[in-house]
Amino acid sequence: MKFDVQGRTAYAYTGGKPWGAGERCVVFIHGALNDHSVWTLLARWYAHHGYRVLALDQPGHGRSDGPPLASVEALADWVIALLDAAGVASAHLVGHSMGSLIALEAASRAPGRVAGLVMVGTAVPMRVSDALLGTARDDPARAIAMVNAFSHSGLASKPSYPGPGAWLRGGASALMHRMQETAALENPGNLFEHDFRVCDAYANGLEAAARVTCPAHLLVGTRDVMTPPKATKALAALLRAPVSRIISGHALMQEAPDAVLNALRQAIPA
Amino acid sequence: MPGPSDPAFDTLALHAGAAPDPTTGARATPIHLTTSFVFESSEHAASLFNMERAGHVYSRISNPTTAVFEERVAALEGGVGAVATASGQAALHLAVATIAGAGSHIVASAALYGGSHNLLSYTLARFGIETTFVKPRDIDAWHAAIRPNTKLLFGESLGNPGLDVLDIPRVSAIAHEAGVPLLVDATFTTPWLQQPFKLGADLVFHSATKFLSGHGTVVGGVLADSGRFDWERSGRFPELSAPYAGFHDMVFTEESTVGAFLLRARREGLRDFGACMSPHTAWLILQGLETLPLRMERHVANARKVVQFLVAHPMVAQVGYPELESHPDHALAKTLLPRGCGSVFSFDLRGSRAQGVAFIEALQLFSHLANVGDCRSLVIHPASTTHFRMDDAALSAAGIGPGTIRLSIGLEDADDLIVDLKSALKAAEKAAA
Repeated sequence: MKFDVQGRTAYAYTGGKPWGAGERCVVFIHGALNDHSVWTLLARWYAHHGYRVLALDQPGHGRSDGPPLASVEALADWVIALLDAAGVASAHLVGHSMGSLIALEAASRAPGRVAGLVMVGTAVPMRVSDALLGTARDDPARAIAMVNAFSHSGLASKPSYPGPGAWLRGGASALMHRMQETAALENPGNLFEHDFRVCDAYANGLEAAARVTCPAHLLVGTRDVMTPPKATKALAALLRAPVSRIISGHALMQEAPDAVLNALRQAIPA
Repeated sequence: MPGPSDPAFDTLALHAGAAPDPTTGARATPIHLTTSFVFESSEHAASLFNMERAGHVYSRISNPTTAVFEERVAALEGGVGAVATASGQAALHLAVATIAGAGSHIVASAALYGGSHNLLSYTLARFGIETTFVKPRDIDAWHAAIRPNTKLLFGESLGNPGLDVLDIPRVSAIAHEAGVPLLVDATFTTPWLQQPFKLGADLVFHSATKFLSGHGTVVGGVLADSGRFDWERSGRFPELSAPYAGFHDMVFTEESTVGAFLLRARREGLRDFGACMSPHTAWLILQGLETLPLRMERHVANARKVVQFLVAHPMVAQVGYPELESHPDHALAKTLLPRGCGSVFSFDLRGSRAQGVAFIEALQLFSHLANVGDCRSLVIHPASTTHFRMDDAALSAAGIGPGTIRLSIGLEDADDLIVDLKSALKAAEKAAA
């Protein structure tokens, strides 16, 4: 489904159902150098259990027009503008990694529009090491390989994603390369470095968390070395959020899709 | 970055896709010989059928043992996933049927396994899929053969029977310029010798019957996807980028940006054509995969020794092996196959068909049969077996002489193989009288 958001085309996957009317809505926000396809199982589940679903492609990612936006704050405003364009009064926001920061900031900026906040694989602040930023700048392919290695906790996550027979590390790598290459066709620059710098530069996360009024929930991977669980303590306290600990690395939706769904259902009941 | 978080090929060959069984603690991959899997509830059943959850429903579509094999092949190839099939032929058919239909066109190398040639020339033509064959070394011919309805370029990493080395970087560049994927049959090379995805190929299949299994015990195939081809951007593949009424109006490229091809191959191809792999077969091939690096190293080392012996023998007119300077693709092989050119090759015996027969019948260690990629050494004389109905002129047109012998070098002691060949060549020489 395509919408006009801030004068540009924005794409959102609607969970395998036509976009229609309804009170309840879940918005899924992907992480750096990803797109909506990291959410499709969960999006389909909610779309077939009473919710309207928007699993968006951020500007400059996948099917949404660029250029990519320069900050978490700008992306949060864009998400609210997407709700306007889609005619959604209020939605649950579910974000992964960089997307969790966008969801957090949006929930703090527009409390009346956010029914609930779920942050998956998150850390506030989400600092990126100078070494990784430098590699992302100078050798994006190498940086993708590094992030892929850091993001997965094993070699055999079952039942795999989007289904049996899929090799998660290969899928994650191919998706990041696709995002990087597709973005480069339309906008000059290095999308990977851009996304990492956006994460690194977001300094207002704890202040934003203090302003959030909606119910919040954190999902963390017990084996996550990108955003380690211990990095969420202050955030969870400010949000007064329960924390679901899932046996997984940073790629929670791919490594543990059923566990993530079960945890999400606590935050966003069917 | 060596280590568990970024394992290398040999480690992946043992561990990718498999972990100790969470229920029993079994370290080796269990064989899940079951047709079907119990649903936790009606809601769980519906969510599996509707792709809201991942999981197993029925073993024609997926099975835990088979999935380990699929994930391991994908890992070794550097792809996003794989689908196991009943045979290599089934894998080729699945690749074509997933993206092509009546009115579609394929450009294929003329240097193909006979079974693949039959499928493309005769059987798929009956279903309205036309194939243009080109000489694989004629790069311009690949380009010239592409039509508006072309869906696929296809070749073998090492072609039949002359081991033509497919110039994957150049052929894939031609394919991509036209918005078409390149499919490679990598059976002869395996991912240990060459990973076609790294060279630009988009899809790879194997007859897993051969080196992946490695023991001549089972028939199977596997089709892997690099995830790098942009089916939507190409504009040639509504099969993947438009709603499919046969599966909930699913748009596969929306469901999975990089796994669309495999989604349709599994959700339609295994569902409707049904050429799936048995979990028992998958388990047996997994045993082979675990030693693939060790076996391929030995296969190649033995083949090199045998090639050197044959090149120097007066009864041998020529040996077709790309590592020899006499092979037309010698330079290309050094670039694309630095670890070696496998262990299947042909040589021409000086003499008649009768001498070829005498050679075959004198061998003791080599088994005379129609297969390759076994741990045991194999031999076949095309003029008296697979191509026996052809006269010498027709054989020549197919690149086969009356004395052409195809060998598949196994894992025996190479000196034993050479003594066996030496005796058989003597017998062939005597048969000239």
